[in-house]
Amino acid sequence: MRLERRGDVPLRIIIFAPFMAVLVALLIAAFLIAAAGVNPLTAYVELLRGALGSRLAITEMFTRATPLILTGLAAAVAFRARLWNIGGEGQFFMGALVTAWIGHSLALPGVLGIPVLMVAGMAAGAALLAGPAYLRLRFGVDEVVTTLLLNFIVILFVGLMIEGPLRDPLAFGWPSSVPVDRDFRLPDLIPGTRLHTGLLFAIAAAGAVWLIFARTVFGFETRAAGLNPTAAAFAGVSLPRTLMGVALLSGALAGLAGSVEVLGVTAGVTTTMSPGFGYAGIVVAMLAALHPAGVVASATFVATVFVGADAMSRATGVPSFIADVIVALCLLTMIVALLFATYRVRR
Amino acid sequence: MIEAIELLWNTNLWAAVLRIATPLIFGVLGALLCERAGVLNLGIEGIMTMGAMTGWLTVYLGGDLWVGLSVAALAGGLMGLLHAGLTVPLGLSQHVSGLGITLLASALSYYLYRLIVEVGDLPPTIEPFRPLDIPVLSDIPILGPILFSQTMPTYLALLSVAVIAYVLARTPLGLAIRMTGENPHAVEAQGLNPMRIRIGAVVAGSALMGVGGAFLTTAAFNSFFPEMVQGRGWICIALVVFASWRPGKALIGALLFAFFDAYQLRLQTAIDGVPYQLFLMAPYVLSIVALILVARRAEVPAALMAPYRRGER
Amino acid sequence: MTLALELNGITKRFGTLTANDDVTLTLAQGEILALLGENGAGKTTLMNILFGHYAADAGSVRVFGQEIPPAKPRAAIEAGVGMVHQHFTLAGNLTVLENVMLGSESLLWARSAKAKAREKLMQIAERFGLPVQPDAKISQLSVGERQRVEILKALYRDARVLILDEPTAVLARPEAQRLFETLRDMTKQGLSLIFISHKLHEVMAASDRVAVLRGGKMIAERKTTDTSPEELAELMVGRKVQRPVRQDQAIGAPVLIADQVRVDEKGETRLNDVSFTVNEGEILGIVGVSGNGQAALGALLSGLTIPAAGKLTLSGQDIGQFGPRDMIRAGVGRVPEDRHAEGAIGELSVWENAVLERLRTPEFSRRGFVRHAAGKAYAANLIDTFDIRGATPDTRTGLLSGGNMQKLILGRCLSIGPRFILANQPTRGLDEGAIAAVLEKLLTARAQGAAILLISEELEQAVALSDRIQAIVKGRLSKPVAAHEADAQKLGLMMAGIWQEDDHAA
Repeated sequence: MRLERRGDVPLRIIIFAPFMAVLVALLIAAFLIAAAGVNPLTAYVELLRGALGSRLAITEMFTRATPLILTGLAAAVAFRARLWNIGGEGQFFMGALVTAWIGHSLALPGVLGIPVLMVAGMAAGAALLAGPAYLRLRFGVDEVVTTLLLNFIVILFVGLMIEGPLRDPLAFGWPSSVPVDRDFRLPDLIPGTRLHTGLLFAIAAAGAVWLIFARTVFGFETRAAGLNPTAAAFAGVSLPRTLMGVALLSGALAGLAGSVEVLGVTAGVTTTMSPGFGYAGIVVAMLAALHPAGVVASATFVATVFVGADAMSRATGVPSFIADVIVALCLLTMIVALLFATYRVRR
Repeated sequence: MIEAIELLWNTNLWAAVLRIATPLIFGVLGALLCERAGVLNLGIEGIMTMGAMTGWLTVYLGGDLWVGLSVAALAGGLMGLLHAGLTVPLGLSQHVSGLGITLLASALSYYLYRLIVEVGDLPPTIEPFRPLDIPVLSDIPILGPILFSQTMPTYLALLSVAVIAYVLARTPLGLAIRMTGENPHAVEAQGLNPMRIRIGAVVAGSALMGVGGAFLTTAAFNSFFPEMVQGRGWICIALVVFASWRPGKALIGALLFAFFDAYQLRLQTAIDGVPYQLFLMAPYVLSIVALILVARRAEVPAALMAPYRRGER
Repeated sequence: MTLALELNGITKRFGTLTANDDVTLTLAQGEILALLGENGAGKTTLMNILFGHYAADAGSVRVFGQEIPPAKPRAAIEAGVGMVHQHFTLAGNLTVLENVMLGSESLLWARSAKAKAREKLMQIAERFGLPVQPDAKISQLSVGERQRVEILKALYRDARVLILDEPTAVLARPEAQRLFETLRDMTKQGLSLIFISHKLHEVMAASDRVAVLRGGKMIAERKTTDTSPEELAELMVGRKVQRPVRQDQAIGAPVLIADQVRVDEKGETRLNDVSFTVNEGEILGIVGVSGNGQAALGALLSGLTIPAAGKLTLSGQDIGQFGPRDMIRAGVGRVPEDRHAEGAIGELSVWENAVLERLRTPEFSRRGFVRHAAGKAYAANLIDTFDIRGATPDTRTGLLSGGNMQKLILGRCLSIGPRFILANQPTRGLDEGAIAAVLEKLLTARAQGAAILLISEELEQAVALSDRIQAIVKGRLSKPVAAHEADAQKLGLMMAGIWQEDDHAA
């Protein structure tokens, strides 16, 4: 068996690929649902109903999609440059922590305070990823392991902070950090629901990332460096600079995810506030074939699966972990789909 | 401070080191085998989780402990086969495939566990491996309780180190595996099939990872709960680099790491006033430091992560 | 007597490209056959099919009368075929013995018989006059020694037919001579040999018969004594070979001066005390077997490395510390050695590759944003001026043929009207038509006053094109020799490192 590169890959194939991937993933997951003694079709209907069946459901879904868009962008930006940022989870938490920390007693009016806090969250995430990026540049240490290990370190650190200096004396039962000042809470997008204006910031971020890669010198050079570092260096692209730039951007996006989640949803920081947003962001990015525009769509899909699965679980008894299974399957089926989109199989 | 040093005298500490090292030894050997053949297997965290769950579940459902370990090996091997299938003949990104396997194996483990097991307030337990006192040898002062009163899987882990070291260094199969990780075209030019060798190495390595995970539920603890692998898989990946891809050094690395882990656990109770999270962080921080120290000198298998495309130069 | 090899009707297609078209080839026992053809003629593909790296779409392979199953190197090896690849199939981190032994024992055995293997290897090495150290790591060996290991690998497996793919590509003349003597000895010991080459003088000197491939078809077979280099050249190309001719012209002022430059890489000195001058309207040719410092020289003049010692000036300006972008701004044009690895990025479009190295200039960017329209217009211009076929500004560069990609790279380089051009192996891997186009453009630039440094492994090309020649050996340069004074013998000596240790002034 040999793989032969197709000529130019038409856009319709690139868009078709994620649909095929999702379909196959749902098919495989259907077997697992059947193993639970439940009709897969019924289960999927309940899933869709749970995520999209009512106005409330849809707002919940988009609330969930907001951080996923941002962590998805973080992964997409990094992976394009072959920077394997698996530390989205840690960067998320750092952004959240710094936002709650500063936002608890920041003496600024709301209009100014919110952007300041978001920038603080971005800076925290960027700084966190800058470490592994530097280690790669200076010592040749693979960033996969360092970013992963940092995730564990950060979560422990967050636990340490919210049981110590940032402890919320008013939180009963579950330890939480002091909350962000009420002035800085993001307004609701749809009143009476949890959906907040953070969604707009996330979509704007996707637009900004698209602009960066399509139009700017930095984006151009990053793309070149990710595709062929030797040729890019020959053309005068500074590989260390683009790598560090990408690291800062990617970390900032993941940090922003945490910041927005605190400002819009949780107000404080807990060790359980992320059901794996960082890791899910990687799947979101791959399903979008690393395109910033696609990230919004694929984040919506992944959010639908997660939100819907809870409702489906209540209605049918299928363990809600099926959502994680489906999302993981999507990652694998997507890379296979992308392969067949770019290559033809030959004997 | 005195207590900290006194702790080192305690034979319990050193016995714990071997116990804690066991899953790491299996994990690092498994990862090493994959990487020597040229494939990075980031599925290790998920595979260990799956090994933990399937091993435990087999025993819970009435099976023998050794059957449990075998099932864990099988489950690990199957996940390894999937990873190999994606990365070797299809040449997909080893990073992304590995991450996908970790996500999938973990999710599958939790899903199947929740499906099959009734969980009440406390997770159900099984009867785990008990330490085996080797006659005569376990009576030796100091060394006896440490080396010769361990569980069977621990002895198995130590044996595995010797077996893998021997196979890699002295058998034709080992030579073929090493060559595949250095230059798969050289392997093909000598009439062997580098793809099959890579797939075989990944499956075998993943089986070892599965056993390592199963140790957690059938010997170290006696129940299965989410997040129980706690990043040990990633630490094994770091340890492989630290060990320069050699089984002997891998054993040392695993023991060293286990020592720090065992030590920090006991330090927590011995030293007051320091948040326990700082102690728990130590192993991860140390792994990063270890990586930095060896990075420059690393003798990476030359074809690690390079997809092998037949006929392509 | 049975034929050692019989290839019948071999056809192989890769997509729309027919690499081998109904090729029939025979090899008699004890014979040395040369397989000749331009780049892309299908020689390596044919041999890969013979050895089992690929399966042919049609046709059969017979070794000593027995048909062997396709696509199985193991079958070929067991039938007695051995291959010495152009890019050695050796593992650098392992020893000579390990590389040779691989595959000779069953994978199910519990122990490798190393002592016996070592003995057998030493016996074979002695018998064929190819001395090696079995426990040396491949990475510590020189290129010539590595080739010896590659040959021993095949002999260890009892090869009776040996295929050598461009065996002298990495050897200096004296080493190449020795290799062919060794090959001749092998035939006396019963081996039959095929070697692939595109070097006519080698083919004439070392083979008994020549088979010429062109465009995937077997065009002609000749007994070597019955033919001539001119006839072979014409058969290879299909028409009278016309290469552009250099006209003598007045040489101008010095443009690029290198003075006692040293370049180090990873603790090793790659260029040692190197001095040369390239004048206006002149081509200085640097000849040498690959691996003698050409890569470092190329990197230095491309702006990718800075000298550890010595000075590099362009019309008086110190450019030693310049990076690629500064070099371009100063008027340096660069044609890299490997167009796929360094020259262009396959996944990017033609216009993107055209502007990448000048991205941060007002012409192609403004305030951090790329000026797409300007870039595309520039690319369209290049396509037109340099006759780049099969391309629009938006075409994915990977789809272009080698020749057209090289035209793009050359066009991008020449369009800035460079004062100095680095042309590093500019015609490597190109067919005759593309070679002529590239050489013509370089000569035109020379006529317009550019100073050109040509690094070439093709001796004939360098002599034909250059005004003066220097040989590079182990990181040092010989004294320059005027092209019309450079005969084969003198050049051979220079490239072997034998020259008078005079001053190095140009």
